[in-house]
Amino acid sequence: MRDLVIIGGGPAGMSAAIAAFEQGIRDILILERDESLGGILQQCIHNGFGLHKFGEELTGPEYAWKYEQKVRELNIETKCNTMVLDITEDKVITATNATEGIFQLQAKAIVLAMGCRERSKGALNIAGSRPAGIFSAGTAQKFVNMKGYLPGKNVVILGSGDIGLIMARRMTLEGAKVHAVCELMPYSGGLARNIEQCLNDFNIPLKLSHTVVQIHGKERLEGVTIAQVDENRRPIAETREFIPCDTLLLSVGLIPENELSKAAKVDLSPITNGAVVDQDRQTSIPGVFACGNVLHVHDLVDFVSEEAEIAGKAAAAYIKGNTGKKVEIPVKTDGKVRYTVPQVITEQKDITLYFRVGNVYKNVRVNVTAGDKVILSRKRPKVAPGEMESVTIKKDLLNNVGSLTVSLEEL
Amino acid sequence: MFDVAIIGAGVVGAMVARELAKYQLKIIVLEKENDVAMGASRANSGIVHAGYDATPGSLKARLNVEGAAMMEDVCKALGVKYKRNGSLVIGFDEEDRKGIEKLLEKGKANGVEVEFLDQAGVRALEPNIGKNVTCALYAPTGGIVCPYDLTIAALGNAMDNGAELKRNFAVCSIEKIPGGYEICSENSRVQTRCVVNCAGLYSDTIAKMIGDHSISVHPRKGEYILLDKECGGVVRNTIFRTPTKMGKGILVSPTVDGNLLLGPTSVDKEDKEDKDTTAEGFAEILGKAKEYVENLPAGKAITSFCGLRAAGNTGDFIITSPEQGFVNAAGIESPGLSASPAIARYIAGMLREQGLDLAENPNYVATRVSSHHFRDASLEEKNAMIKANPAYGRIICRCEGVTEGEILDAIRRNPGATDLDGVKRRTRAQMGRCQGGFCMPYVTELLAKELGIAYEDVTKCGGKSVINVEKTKGGMAQ
Repeated sequence: MRDLVIIGGGPAGMSAAIAAFEQGIRDILILERDESLGGILQQCIHNGFGLHKFGEELTGPEYAWKYEQKVRELNIETKCNTMVLDITEDKVITATNATEGIFQLQAKAIVLAMGCRERSKGALNIAGSRPAGIFSAGTAQKFVNMKGYLPGKNVVILGSGDIGLIMARRMTLEGAKVHAVCELMPYSGGLARNIEQCLNDFNIPLKLSHTVVQIHGKERLEGVTIAQVDENRRPIAETREFIPCDTLLLSVGLIPENELSKAAKVDLSPITNGAVVDQDRQTSIPGVFACGNVLHVHDLVDFVSEEAEIAGKAAAAYIKGNTGKKVEIPVKTDGKVRYTVPQVITEQKDITLYFRVGNVYKNVRVNVTAGDKVILSRKRPKVAPGEMESVTIKKDLLNNVGSLTVSLEEL
Repeated sequence: MFDVAIIGAGVVGAMVARELAKYQLKIIVLEKENDVAMGASRANSGIVHAGYDATPGSLKARLNVEGAAMMEDVCKALGVKYKRNGSLVIGFDEEDRKGIEKLLEKGKANGVEVEFLDQAGVRALEPNIGKNVTCALYAPTGGIVCPYDLTIAALGNAMDNGAELKRNFAVCSIEKIPGGYEICSENSRVQTRCVVNCAGLYSDTIAKMIGDHSISVHPRKGEYILLDKECGGVVRNTIFRTPTKMGKGILVSPTVDGNLLLGPTSVDKEDKEDKDTTAEGFAEILGKAKEYVENLPAGKAITSFCGLRAAGNTGDFIITSPEQGFVNAAGIESPGLSASPAIARYIAGMLREQGLDLAENPNYVATRVSSHHFRDASLEEKNAMIKANPAYGRIICRCEGVTEGEILDAIRRNPGATDLDGVKRRTRAQMGRCQGGFCMPYVTELLAKELGIAYEDVTKCGGKSVINVEKTKGGMAQ
């Protein structure tokens, strides 16, 4: 029996482990499938990490290293090259590695911190052939930054997620020509600062309301046909344009990697594709917590670390026997706010609600209502799907509240 | 000189090779691509047809029924997954009902177990069936198999028994020489006593090389969409629509590996290389599949692909011998996969009649270790294997749970994988929901190391299909 087993040694897993340790838990084990800790940050060699958390601009590996050092300092046990194969409702974990084979562990508490994966080309049903040269942006990032190989010289990027934007710059710096970034939606899903620093600074055109409609090439990619889309996101035939290229990178969304959560029968949200959690990031299974990109996709790792601290701390409290709901306040959303995390409040304390909106809105009020009563209202000049928002609700505002609704009011 | 040269390493060529490997023969298989199972055997529905569809008395009907009966044992010997999941031919209206009644008669004439189901009967069998489905033909002996797994295993088994495989050998001429033939590619030649032409789409071209102009084969394009394993249980049987002259129509079927397969479209084409998927194809597949199945989880697509079926000019399989020592297996369209073991036996019989001495090979081993041997093992067995070879403890493909050990087996075993797609078809690494997003760099590394080639020379599927074009400026690469 282990006190706390953490699935995933990326920023979320490491931060949760440290937080639990600081609460007095000593029997902690981090299971990591990669050969080293740090998760996807290891391949994010650009800067911009840590502004919120450390007040300085770090690269991904530098940010991860701060946490890894701490994990080492505290002597928290880690097993790398170890893949978790299954988790049961009763918190029995099955994992495998080359030295121990397939083994099982019983945990008192589990923190799910498996991160996310990129949506693949297959999910998009793009017409045409299936040549080499089509990669998700993160795979290309791994080739370039970790393996030292360039996957192509003439590039089109479909989707304007942050990894796609970062790779537009990265490939350019390595001598490739990025011809266009096509985004199906009329707005980008990436951070405004990345559009500025990765596209505009390099004169890479961002084609909004555009998509790739055809892939050409038998062995290696020879080009793509792109087209503008109408308001129903259907391609407009007259706008078809052929771009010769040898590489197509996809940055069309991230999917929290919840296969293990499903195996454990954790309730998942169809909107976030992550677990439904309370303010402690506890899932529908008592003692199973989730944090980071496996819970919902974050824009900034700083917020992943923060969320993981909440989960790690709560897991420690659970292990010490501090369990049970005190209240039950569901948090709902209107159509414009897509989701919140947490989705339910089970203890009356100061609560920060994180949320994402479904479209770009300018000049809005974020309202939190309890029944008919607006208990909190915050003005925002602009909200967009690519930028996570938050509001903090003071403990006292939750007196005698049955449920909360987070909504947007256009001014 | 070889005794038999088989042109084409699709499922028919592979089965012929395996059948002939039972005898004391020197066999070579010539394949124009970088791997086996690269034509219709790579992209088809993977159905072992019960045999109710083919015209009674045709070669198709006979070999379908015989092949389907052999399939279970063949798969068992080769360690290939095979499942008798049952087939349903569904009908929506009166005309369909008549079609189904005709199929019932055909099925009975072909000696196949078939029964008629009314609406309630269909629903009892398939709770998710479309609400407008009124009746169905049920063939409990219909099955599913993975077509490229079967091809790879059959050829691997033939090679384990001594057959040779030459890849990237595109036949450009065949000359008669004393006692046989000389088959040439651009830069290589092979001499053989007999030739078996299993060249699929190009079997007419091969036949013409010896002056046989009787065959013509054209591509019939079939597009498919594959859904996530989460959806594999939506239906249990393979669901067909009542067939037309263009084939059996779109089907919805679980695959042996647990995904849900939708397709194929059926469009006659001229271009034998056009494997492009189309927006129209996707729309047709999803439109039809949604009629078959209620609440089809179409959003769970993980990939789409296109296969070209080799449609012949006679409507039947064209298994002929235009001259002594030369056999054509052409126009092997559906149910060619189902019939393949029987086709192989039939062709062996033809060669014997033509004087090829089929003396039994005393060292012949009929079985092959399954490509799933590790994943199908018990926990204790797996741990023993990991202890003996730690590579089985390292997961490379997280979506499909494929270990380094299995990937190394795929590269080292007959017929070894030499590219990323080859590893994919043999192990399922890169075939899951992330489609290689995570494991492609690792599989590339394993291939480079095992084949002793540079990292940037690893290809997706041979030829110019390289994955990386050069080292980065920083020169990090070792």
